[in-house]
Amino acid sequence: MANIKISANKLDELKAVCKSFNNEKGELINVLHKAQGIFGYLPAEVQEVIAKELNVSVAHVYGVVSFYSFFTMLPKGEHPVSICLGTACYVRGAEKVIDEFKRLLNINVGETTPDGKFSLACLRCVGACGLAPVVLVGEKVYGRVAPDGVKDIVAEYAK
Amino acid sequence: METIKLTIDNKAIEVAKGTTILKAAREAGIHIPTLCYLHLHDLNIENKPAGCRICVVEVEGRRNLAPACVTECTEGMVVNTHNIKVLNARKTVLELILSDHPTDCLICAKNGNCELQTMAQEFGIRKLHYEGEQSHYREDTSPAIIRDVDKCIMCRRCEMMCNEVQTVGVLSAVNRGFMSVVAPAFEMNLDHSVCTYCGQCVAVCPTGALTEVDHTNSVIRALADPTKTVVVQTAPAVRAALGEEFGMEAGTLVTGKLAAALRRLGFNYVFDTDFAADLTIMEEGTELLDRLTRHLNGDKNVPLPILTSCCPGWVNFFEHQFPDMMDIPSTARSPQQMFGAIAKTYFAEKIGINRENMVVVSIMPCLAKKYECQRDEFATNGNPDVDFSISTRELAHLIKQSNIDFNALPDEDFDNPLGESTGAAVIFGTTGGVIEAAVRTAYEVHTGKKLAKVDFEELRGMDYIRKATIDFDGLPINIGIAHGLGNARKLLQDIKDGKSEFHAIEIMACPGGCIGGGGQPLHHGDSSVIKARQKAIYVEDAGKTIRKSHENPYIVKLYEEFLGKPLSEKSHHLLHTHYFDKSNETFIE
Repeated sequence: MANIKISANKLDELKAVCKSFNNEKGELINVLHKAQGIFGYLPAEVQEVIAKELNVSVAHVYGVVSFYSFFTMLPKGEHPVSICLGTACYVRGAEKVIDEFKRLLNINVGETTPDGKFSLACLRCVGACGLAPVVLVGEKVYGRVAPDGVKDIVAEYAK
Repeated sequence: METIKLTIDNKAIEVAKGTTILKAAREAGIHIPTLCYLHLHDLNIENKPAGCRICVVEVEGRRNLAPACVTECTEGMVVNTHNIKVLNARKTVLELILSDHPTDCLICAKNGNCELQTMAQEFGIRKLHYEGEQSHYREDTSPAIIRDVDKCIMCRRCEMMCNEVQTVGVLSAVNRGFMSVVAPAFEMNLDHSVCTYCGQCVAVCPTGALTEVDHTNSVIRALADPTKTVVVQTAPAVRAALGEEFGMEAGTLVTGKLAAALRRLGFNYVFDTDFAADLTIMEEGTELLDRLTRHLNGDKNVPLPILTSCCPGWVNFFEHQFPDMMDIPSTARSPQQMFGAIAKTYFAEKIGINRENMVVVSIMPCLAKKYECQRDEFATNGNPDVDFSISTRELAHLIKQSNIDFNALPDEDFDNPLGESTGAAVIFGTTGGVIEAAVRTAYEVHTGKKLAKVDFEELRGMDYIRKATIDFDGLPINIGIAHGLGNARKLLQDIKDGKSEFHAIEIMACPGGCIGGGGQPLHHGDSSVIKARQKAIYVEDAGKTIRKSHENPYIVKLYEEFLGKPLSEKSHHLLHTHYFDKSNETFIE
């Protein structure tokens, strides 16, 4: 195992999560889901702890993490931006909204700005199709976002 | 037994319930082509992820073609394995695989030995109709194994070997879709993983995605250097397999031709690792008796069982995965390293040269040996005891390159003094052999009596975990044997849990032992090859005049002239080693 760089109480929390699933191999995806909730992402150290607790190989854990787009090994920004790419949002121009975010923040989907402020992600249908296209910043929902409205959203958090 | 009647290619056949179409067809003499599928029958190893879809067949009444490797036969089934629909589908599948595969076959390490290449040839592929993106990954070179995953076809055989058979857990399928590839955790290099270099992934890889680090050119250079005395040693399992590379039947012993070929290649001294295997028995067998006696006399600081330590893949395994149990394996070095240490001291002195002017080459059935000979502890002032370790396959290339007609060679003997060996040394090449050799010597040393019969049938075979109790003149000695690291893990776990009743355990990393090593001629899924090699090893043993290590006259002489006695200070210095906790050396730099 590598030297653990994660804090002791978070490590305990992570181990408690594994235990809550009886340290069962078959619960790997559930454990990863919860772990990402704790850390915001799944760094190598976290995957190593999970592998040890569930008695599976680290390669296997990484195989699962790298397979599902939901899991990320990159830390999210202080303000995670998620753009809905569900059918309704998509046909109403969500892709152009993404392009504008990418241009303004100078990052790709799945990445975080170097100052750690923003990260960019896509998701499928948040159930607010009437507001399409929809953008989430953290928990806050923005509806009917047009490409030229993106700079105002960014400005709101860029302080 | 419940049976099922079906028709394959208009042939009415009857098979046991649960039989797949692939197996049913093979029983009927119909050879459906496969690529990802692998079945090592005698070793109980099967890989059938149904990933490649080369084995598709038409089942009447079924809308889609069925993968024969995983589709079970049903009553009245009508199967067609080569109609136009099937042939077109199969060819399309193959062309799609080839569309994302390099076409540098001429300079590929697997050229002539690649299952994908053979298939393209058999299918008569002359043009690739699908042009598109190709995946590109960096090459990963470790001390023993090269990963060139551009050539990976996702058959998952290596993954199955690494995880299910060996339980090492280095390789996994990662990423998804076009980006998916088999790789270590976090796509790090092998030398940052817990890889044991057992080479079983290489042994089953159908393409050039996994190959060995090739040292043949280094050997050619050493042989051409007039300032160097080049000494060669060859492991027991090599003589039972090398012939396959020259068209001989599996299980053909080529000991005499091997010695002749090495001499013609220009090695100054043609020696035998078997000599060092006899030496290993002297040291390891004495250590066994020493530990046993002290343990039975109540010294609780002396742990039992004692585990063999000749297999470098196994050593890597416990250093990574069981660092808390490093006091259990014997401290005896492997025969390869004992040979190197003796060659560069005792023998170098005898012929009056410095170790720097001697090059020791080993011919091994193994890839982990390449790593082992590079370990820091096996060098003196930066000069390694064994300079280069090449595999059986590499030796075959070397012989072919040197215009030697191997099949026409006469039988020759090894040179002395490091070429003389006993039957006990030969059987090191198969699972069960090391411990049988140890028993032959330990019994006679302990009891002071001659063995009436040196064959211990109860220690032989191909079962993964074997147990036997040998009567040491009233003292019952419990022996355990495991081959395949997954089985070794089971025995180790028992020791850890305090459930083990063994006094001594032999462990070999590769299924079958060294005869099934990662450096041997490729078996291409035919495990009967490994069984035939095992048989050959025991034939060689039975044909030897001397069959007990302690009776090897040159071993006796080595102790008289140089080492003193087993476990002497000199022996400890040259023939024993210590192990390192490697559990912290992985993944995160």
